[in-house]
Amino acid sequence: MQPVLEVRDLSISFTQYQGGTRRRVLPVIRRLSLTVTAGEVVAVVGSSGSGKSLLAHGILGILPYNSQMEGELIYQGQPLTPQRAARLRGREIALVPQGVTYLDPLMQVGPQLRRGRRDAGARAESRAVLERYGLGRETEERYPFELSGGMARRVLIASAALQAPKLLIADEPTPGLDARAAGRILGHFRELAQEGAGVLLITHDLELALTIAHRVAVFYAGETVEEAFAADFPAGRLRHPYTQALWNALPGNGFTPISGTQPGPGEEGPGCPFAPRCPRRAADCAGDIPLIEAAGGRVRCLHPEGGKTP
Amino acid sequence: MKHRLLFTGKKFFRMALLLLGVSLAAFLLMSASPLDPLQTNVGQAALGTMSQEQIARLEEYWGVNEPPLRRYLGWLGDVIRGDLGVSLLYRQPVTQVIGQRLQNSLWLMAAAWVLSGLLGLTLGVLAGARRGRAVDKLIRGWCLLLSSTPAFWLALVLLMIFAVWLKVLPSGLAVPIGVDAASVTLGDRLYHAVLPALTLSMTGMPGIALHTREKMIDVLESDYVLFARARGESNRSILLRHGLRNVALPAITLQFAVISEIFGGSVLVEQVFSYPGLGQAAVTAGLGGDLPLLLGITVVSAAIVFSGNLIADLLYGVVDPKIRRGAARA
Ligand SMILES: Nc1ncnc2c1ncn2[C@@H]1O[C@H](COP(=O)(O)OP(=O)(O)OP(=O)(O)O)[C@@H](O)[C@H]1O
Ligand SMILES: [Mg+2]
Repeated sequence: MQPVLEVRDLSISFTQYQGGTRRRVLPVIRRLSLTVTAGEVVAVVGSSGSGKSLLAHGILGILPYNSQMEGELIYQGQPLTPQRAARLRGREIALVPQGVTYLDPLMQVGPQLRRGRRDAGARAESRAVLERYGLGRETEERYPFELSGGMARRVLIASAALQAPKLLIADEPTPGLDARAAGRILGHFRELAQEGAGVLLITHDLELALTIAHRVAVFYAGETVEEAFAADFPAGRLRHPYTQALWNALPGNGFTPISGTQPGPGEEGPGCPFAPRCPRRAADCAGDIPLIEAAGGRVRCLHPEGGKTP
Repeated sequence: MKHRLLFTGKKFFRMALLLLGVSLAAFLLMSASPLDPLQTNVGQAALGTMSQEQIARLEEYWGVNEPPLRRYLGWLGDVIRGDLGVSLLYRQPVTQVIGQRLQNSLWLMAAAWVLSGLLGLTLGVLAGARRGRAVDKLIRGWCLLLSSTPAFWLALVLLMIFAVWLKVLPSGLAVPIGVDAASVTLGDRLYHAVLPALTLSMTGMPGIALHTREKMIDVLESDYVLFARARGESNRSILLRHGLRNVALPAITLQFAVISEIFGGSVLVEQVFSYPGLGQAAVTAGLGGDLPLLLGITVVSAAIVFSGNLIADLLYGVVDPKIRRGAARA
C-alpha cells in the first residue's frame, strides 16, 4: 500500500549570525526518515528540543525564514513541494499544534474554526465538530483565555478534524493533562486513523505513544535511529541501543536512567551520535552509519541489539 | 460594573491631582520668568512718560507686587468656584478666549489627529507586513527622519513649498483676509487648515507608525499566525483577520497618547502659520505675562490630554475581551 507520507533523509538547519558578521549553520534535524500509511498512527519520539515541532512545520511548509530544508518529502506518491504543501495544508494535511498559544487570543473559537467562512453550512460544521469532542454550543463564543487546558486541546483537535484530513500531524498533544484526559485525547487520534487518516503523533513521551501508536520512529540528535512496531517494545525485539535504553527507563521496566546527555544541534561529532553513551559501541561507530532494514523495521546501528556483543 | 465605576472614579481623582500639579508648575515657571509684564506690554518709552500713580495702577493690574503664593491661591480659589478669571491681554473672560481659540484649533488638531492615526496605522501595518523589504525601509527611514525633524522647521519647509513656490495653499491665518466673518465658508476654513494640519499630523505619525510596525512584527511571528498559516489561511486573510485585530489594542493606546504630542506641536505650528488657535494664544499669554490666560490654557489642555487617556482606557475595556468578560463577571 502506498504510504500517505514518506520522509527520506530530511534535514533542517538554521542560519545564525553571531556577532553581526559570523555566519553559522546550525543543523537541528540531520537524517530523518519515516513513513506513515493511511489508517495508521505513527509516533515520532524524541526528547525536548530535538526538533520535533520543526519536523511538523517542515512537512507543512511553514518553517521560519532563516531555516533551510533538504531531503525528500513524498505525499501520496508525489513530491511535496512548498507550492503543493501550501495548497494542501488546511485541506488534506492538518496540524494539531502544541498549545493554546496557537489560537488567536482575540478571536472567539467559532470564527477561528470557520476560518473566515460565514455561511450556514460552515456554522453547522463547526457546531457538529465541537459536539463530536464533547464541547457545547457556548464554546463557539468563548475566547481562548476562557478555555481550560483540556478544552483547548479538544478545540485544537476539532479544528483539525473539521478538515477531514488525509494526514494529521499532532505535535505534543497531551502535556498538562492527567492520564485519563490524555488517554481520551489520544483516543480521538486513533479514531481519526480508523476513519482513514494517517496520523503522525509527535511526542517526547514513549509510554504514552505506545498506548495508541502502531509504529514508533525514534529520533536522536536529529536522526532517525529506529523505526519499530509498537509490539516490538514489550516483545523485546528492539534494534537500537538508544531505543532499548528509553524502554528500560520507563517506570514499569526497571526505571534505569541513561547516563550522559544528548548532544545539542551542532554538537554532534562524526559517526554515531549515541556512541559516547552506548554500551555496545565499537571502533567502527566513529564512521558513517546508514539506516538499514532489520526485522521488518529499520535501524541506524552497526551493532544492533540482539546481535553479537562486540 | 462596580469596579468599572471605581476605576473611573480613581482616574478622575488622579486627574484632579494632575491638573493641580500642572497648574502649579506653569505658575512657578511664569513667576520665574525674567520678562517684566509692564516692560513687554506697555513698553519702555510709554512707561517713562507715566506718573507714579499710573505705574502703580498698572503694577496692580498685572499683579507684579503680589506675593506669588497668595496670587496662586487666589487663582486656585476662583477656579474651584468655576471662575477662570479675566485675560489681562484680551480683557475678556479666560473661558471666552479659550472657547474661541479652541474652536479654531479643534479643526486643526482633530484633522491632524485623525490623519496621523490613519496614516500611522496604515504605514505601520504595511511596514510590519513587509519587514525588511524596500517598502519597509522606505517607511522606516521616512518616519525616523520625520521624528527627528523639529515641527517648526517642517512647517517652514512645507510653507516654502506649497505657499511660496507652488502657491496652491494659503501661507497663514484661519480664514481669508478681508472677508466678512459671516461669509467665511467651511471650505475656506478647511483650505486654511490643510497645511498646519498636515504639519501637525507629521509630528504624531512617526511614533504611531513605528510602534504599530513593531507590534505587527510580533503578531506575524506569533504561534497563532503560524497556526493560521498551517490551516491554509492566505497572507491576506492572516493580515486582515489576525493582524489588524491584534494591533488594534495597542493602536488605541497610541492614538490617544498622540493627543499630547499634537497639543505640544500646535504651539509651534500655529505660530509659524499665524493660525489664531490655542497654541498661539499660549505663546502670547506666556510672553505677555498674562497669568490667568496661560494657567487657563494649561489646565484646559492638560484636561483634554488626560481625558484622551481616560477614553483610551475605557475603550480598552470595551475592545479587550479579557477586560470586558472579566468585568462582566465581577
Ligand atoms: N527560528 C529558530 N532559529 C534558530 N533555532 C531555532 C529556531 N526554532 C527552533 N530552533 C531550534 O531548533 C531546535 C528544535 O526546536 P523544536 O521546537 O522543534 O523542538 P521540539 O523537539 O519541538 O521541543 P519541545 O519538545 O520542547 O517542543 C531547538 O534547539 C531550537 O533552539
Ligand atoms: Mg515542540
